[in-house]
Amino acid sequence: MRLTLHQITKSFGAVAALKGISLEAKAGEVLALIGENGAGKSTLMKVLSGAELPDSGNMLLNNTPYRPQNPADGKQSGVNMIYQELTVAPHLSVAENIVLGSEPRAFGFVKYPIERIKEVLAQVGMADVDPFSSVSFLSIARQQLLEIARALMFESQVVIFDEPTSSLTAEDVKALFKVISSLKNKGIAVIYISHFLEEVMEIADSYAVIRDGESVGNGRIEDVGISHLIELMVGRSLSDVYPKIPHQMGNNILEVSHLKGKILPQQVSFTLAKGEIFGISGLVGAGRTETIRCLFGQDPTAGGKVSIHGNNIDLASWTVAKALRSGLDHVSENRKEEGLALNLSIAQNMTLSFLAKISKLSLLNLRAEENISKNWVKKLSLKSSSVHAKATSLSGGNQQKISLGRILELNNDIFFLDEPTRGIDVGSKAEIYRLIQDLAANGKAIVVVSSYLPELLGICDTLAVMHKGVLSPKKMVSNWTHYQIMLYATSGIFETETTA
Amino acid sequence: MKNIFVKLGPFLALVAVYLLFAAICPPEFLGFYNFKTIITQTVIIGIAAMGMTMIVVSGGIDLSVGSQIALGTVVAGLVLNYGLGDVLAVGGFQAFLAAISAIAVCATCGAIIGLFSAKLKIVPFIVTLGMMQIARGVAKWLANEQTISTPTNPLQTLMMVDPDPAWMVFAPGVWIGILLVVITSIILKYTILGRYTFAIGSNEKTALLCGIPVASYRIVIYTLGAAFAGVSSVMQYSNLTVGDPTAAAGMELDVIAAVVIGGGSLSGGEGSAIGSIVGALIMAVLRNGSNMLGLPNYVQEIIIGTIIVGAVALDRYRNAGK
Repeated sequence: MRLTLHQITKSFGAVAALKGISLEAKAGEVLALIGENGAGKSTLMKVLSGAELPDSGNMLLNNTPYRPQNPADGKQSGVNMIYQELTVAPHLSVAENIVLGSEPRAFGFVKYPIERIKEVLAQVGMADVDPFSSVSFLSIARQQLLEIARALMFESQVVIFDEPTSSLTAEDVKALFKVISSLKNKGIAVIYISHFLEEVMEIADSYAVIRDGESVGNGRIEDVGISHLIELMVGRSLSDVYPKIPHQMGNNILEVSHLKGKILPQQVSFTLAKGEIFGISGLVGAGRTETIRCLFGQDPTAGGKVSIHGNNIDLASWTVAKALRSGLDHVSENRKEEGLALNLSIAQNMTLSFLAKISKLSLLNLRAEENISKNWVKKLSLKSSSVHAKATSLSGGNQQKISLGRILELNNDIFFLDEPTRGIDVGSKAEIYRLIQDLAANGKAIVVVSSYLPELLGICDTLAVMHKGVLSPKKMVSNWTHYQIMLYATSGIFETETTA
Repeated sequence: MKNIFVKLGPFLALVAVYLLFAAICPPEFLGFYNFKTIITQTVIIGIAAMGMTMIVVSGGIDLSVGSQIALGTVVAGLVLNYGLGDVLAVGGFQAFLAAISAIAVCATCGAIIGLFSAKLKIVPFIVTLGMMQIARGVAKWLANEQTISTPTNPLQTLMMVDPDPAWMVFAPGVWIGILLVVITSIILKYTILGRYTFAIGSNEKTALLCGIPVASYRIVIYTLGAAFAGVSSVMQYSNLTVGDPTAAAGMELDVIAAVVIGGGSLSGGEGSAIGSIVGALIMAVLRNGSNMLGLPNYVQEIIIGTIIVGAVALDRYRNAGK
């Protein structure tokens, strides 16, 4: 056994984050660590990497006691973390990033082991990258691979991936999985943390589920099904992750033709009807987010025609404020960087787009603000001590509910939801899917952009795919095959016949 | 409970500093006259700190406050002298006009700063560093590099520790300062402008996403902040009774220090009017007490420097514990 954890506990003050976790990771295997947000995964990872010391319990690395005092200690022992948030320094070169913090020195100067760096780059499928080029030219996916390369520079015993695919496209995920397989072949034990259970089924050899700081199940991946994993995670049977609430498509309320941005998108045309849930699939960087930003007045456009409720809009002078007034609203793909002002409270975040509604002569009605936010906190079952708690203190799922509360209260007709469930737990995802269905049933028109195909297929009525800035024609979801979607996303070839 | 402690942090520090000096200073320190002196000495930095609080909460900074104050005194001096030659006293209207001109010229500096940082997207550190030089230069130019002596006028009574009439108890400048603290507090807590200031400072992208015209608000915030510096310049003039282009050199750092000691975060989104005024009071008590003890200037500087870093370190520590 490469790594064994036995009855690890860790408390922060009165809160017990880990109440006795046991797990085993074998050399040359991928162990999937699964749990909802707040289940204790991050604390467990901190204990493993040495960032936190456990209160009790044992850890064994290669059957010898392992007790890292700090992250450097953990690294020294061969335990490497690949974090969800990128930790590359964008101004430095690829080589500088790879050896960052452990530069081999010769007479006080950094001596770059170029051959070794090229070797590890090749191992992560980046043989074509010049070690001296700047990291800022690499895509997000490749920056992530770079972090793996960093871990490979040193003799790794265990490599831990924390939600590695949350910002990657299907294609990038494939590349990542190839790298993970090669890590396995080198005899490294891989611990893979993910919310994407389909991926887990594909890549993992065994699984361990934790809930509320306790181990609640483990075993071989081939002996288990996705629905069982979900039940273990949430502790209740989840009859349906993708609820269907009957809704009717009505008249078109948004018509977009030949929309073009400064760089992206290239050509986007679609119509959107009342009560329609329209999914946009595609690879990261295809121009999906940019399309929404153009329509919402965040980025300048370079051409095209857009009409809302039959009225043509003047794209040249289009602003977010005008978009909001015309009935559009938007949940950003990037909750932390754009969606929320994290050190403001829940209530302050929720009302930010419609302060005029709750004020008189520019004086805010704080009572009304509190009532509005309390209402949505309750309706969306947002878990928090008070509406005056800072947004930063909440989990991803609860943060997303603030953004949703904001657009629900403003109650516009057309919603753009960009990656609405990214990085949030299965329970919250199901609630958000239900909410989207509910909105459609109430006659709202919804555009959902997602890199997670199963959810688009699960909740949307219609779907189109983006490839290099060009949006495919729209079809009913049932008329798309998985193959056709991937074909358009990766090559821009649109197959019209429904059998492929 | 812990929350209350955190909110009261700067205030507790003020009480502690006051008690400490009360224990080691001669008894005059605790006298009412000295109390009034400390309060009056806080006015200039305190009022400028109100404007700085709004700017810092919005994620900005203004390094040109000291130069703006000097420019304000010069403009006030020029207006007071305009067309009067050797008349000894000027009337209330002309004094009022002088004060308004000083405030207006500072507000103009702020509007220019706002325009450059919001529209051309130059970081405010650089824009205000430039404005610091420009405003100082203009002040020296207008004043011919000399102080501008002015005739006796009502503005000169603003900062009298023993005001006339005596029932005012504190100098008129103190009452104006208190009024401005209340106004700033209301703006920050209860108005759309205040909420947008926090939103822009906390996360500009979120503000944009929510349809807030961020650039326009930045201009408003810098203009308003500089107008506060303009009021400070009137108080500074009242203290000096001359227009002085070299006045208030380095004062911007005291003003920023007051905001930071009071809980303002230079990364934006945090700060309060009450906190900043308490920060200004802490520094005034320190200066006053040190003077009374006969401590040399450098000791005060070392202590204030320590308090600035200590206040922020304490803040970090508290936040890390969450």
